[in-house]
Amino acid sequence: MSRFDSNIQVVKNELLTAVCHYAREGSLMQNLHEIPKEIMPKGAHTARCCIYKGRAILSERVALALTTKGAYDSVIEVIDIACDDCPESGFEINENCRGCLAHRCIDVCPKDAIEVVNKKAHINKDKCVDCGKCQAACPFSAVTNRVRPCEQACKIGAISKSPTGEAQIDRAKCISCGACAYQCPFGAISDRSFLTETIELLEYQKQHGDRPVFALVAPTIASQCTEHSLTQVVAAIKQCGFHAVIEAALGADIVADMEAREWAEAGFLTNSCCPAYVEYVERFFPELKQYISHSPSPMVVMGRILKERHPDAKVVFIGPCTAKKVEFQKQAFKDAIDNVITFEELQAVFDCYQIDFDHLDDSPLDQASYFGRIFARSGGLTTALNQAMIENQLETSTLKPVICDGIEECRMALLKASRGVLKENFIEGMACVSGCIGGAGNVTHGPKERAQVDRYAAQAMEKKILDTIRIMKQ
Amino acid sequence: MKIFVCVGSSCHLKGSYHILEAFKQAVSENQLEDQIVLSAAFCLGQCRDGVSIKLDDEIVTGLSLETFDQIWQTKVLPALGN
Repeated sequence: MSRFDSNIQVVKNELLTAVCHYAREGSLMQNLHEIPKEIMPKGAHTARCCIYKGRAILSERVALALTTKGAYDSVIEVIDIACDDCPESGFEINENCRGCLAHRCIDVCPKDAIEVVNKKAHINKDKCVDCGKCQAACPFSAVTNRVRPCEQACKIGAISKSPTGEAQIDRAKCISCGACAYQCPFGAISDRSFLTETIELLEYQKQHGDRPVFALVAPTIASQCTEHSLTQVVAAIKQCGFHAVIEAALGADIVADMEAREWAEAGFLTNSCCPAYVEYVERFFPELKQYISHSPSPMVVMGRILKERHPDAKVVFIGPCTAKKVEFQKQAFKDAIDNVITFEELQAVFDCYQIDFDHLDDSPLDQASYFGRIFARSGGLTTALNQAMIENQLETSTLKPVICDGIEECRMALLKASRGVLKENFIEGMACVSGCIGGAGNVTHGPKERAQVDRYAAQAMEKKILDTIRIMKQ
Repeated sequence: MKIFVCVGSSCHLKGSYHILEAFKQAVSENQLEDQIVLSAAFCLGQCRDGVSIKLDDEIVTGLSLETFDQIWQTKVLPALGN
């Protein structure tokens, strides 16, 4: 697995690795206060104002890393002392303004908010409505929009500025997609971590041997293996103490089959596999909740199958998703999944167990079909649904899907559906742009990831959905 | 008797499904439906040697379509007392 996109992830990884290390030794509680000092010793460089603040922020991160399974309905938290209170002045004229004759900015402004002061354009903030037309009209790039990165990332408006200046999250709106946490340049927003519980499960099994821990991995793993091959990463997961690595994509094959038949019966449907999207529908469009597929998510489907066949097993889902950390705690799904960690956190597990990738035997990963695997990227679910309908000999000509890539597109389709003007009859909703490969818990995000997922999907031994799931019917 | 056929990645690639089908056929030909429950299991921890199965609590490895008959005769039938 490759290293990280940003320095924030590097800091987070160092901290999570230390937390895992002490959790593994069983001495976490005794060493809680040592971790910030270990990571930031006397004389260490810090981007913060001083080492004390740096350590104080690390202590907050330690606290988030100690979250234990409960009933959190949101797992995204602001570390208030890390927030830099970024300015948010909206649209402003910058030094590029040349005071031109055409002044298209003035002509285009619907609120007459722009005037010329000392031969330069000036925006009257009392009149400006932040429509951005002046920015689009200016040929000199003289209009800048200063928006806080967290607010820019949160497309559902769950983040605002608190009276004291730092970011605050509206719990009633937050769907735990993690977009803000990934975007904040100061690392001031972070997902809670349940990682120590995974370490405890692994260590328990090493000592007692009566509760094998299964790693249920999301198909996005294909986009996360750039430094090492997928088969090495699978071997590495086992090396950490997991009993076996199972593809959540097999659950996706099962879900595609269920949704195909469900759609044929209902005539209108939307998916249940993306937990942030499901939260969004439930909170913002409760009248459409009835159209969410009744099949549980692939994670939950697989968790239940594993526990049915291995009653002593513990199941840890490993994926790109912060919203899955909310889903697994829900009363309805508690039976299926014991813990959820992200690929970012998996890296800390590897580092904690000091996995030597150069001396690992390859370990294969193959349970799902091509179609289950492409759930990892936008459009994959719709392709799989269509295939499942064909394989079930259901009529596909009346299926009219709309593929919503990211929560903004989801919002548009849901708005239309709520007003009865949506032309399509199946909504594929993915909260993250590009689908799961755009998830906040990934180690890396890159332009080639869609192709990586497709290539991995094409390598599946089984080519059809029903051929893949027939074995589960035993 | 419960027979679990491993469908972990290694076994799946070596043909778990065909082994499961072979068991189904053998159970039906010998009319043992009342005595044998067939099921798929995820990884019995023996990933190297052919498809693995679990006969109640005993793990048997190295199944393939070639070795199936022999294992059926020497392991399954005796365990049933036949």
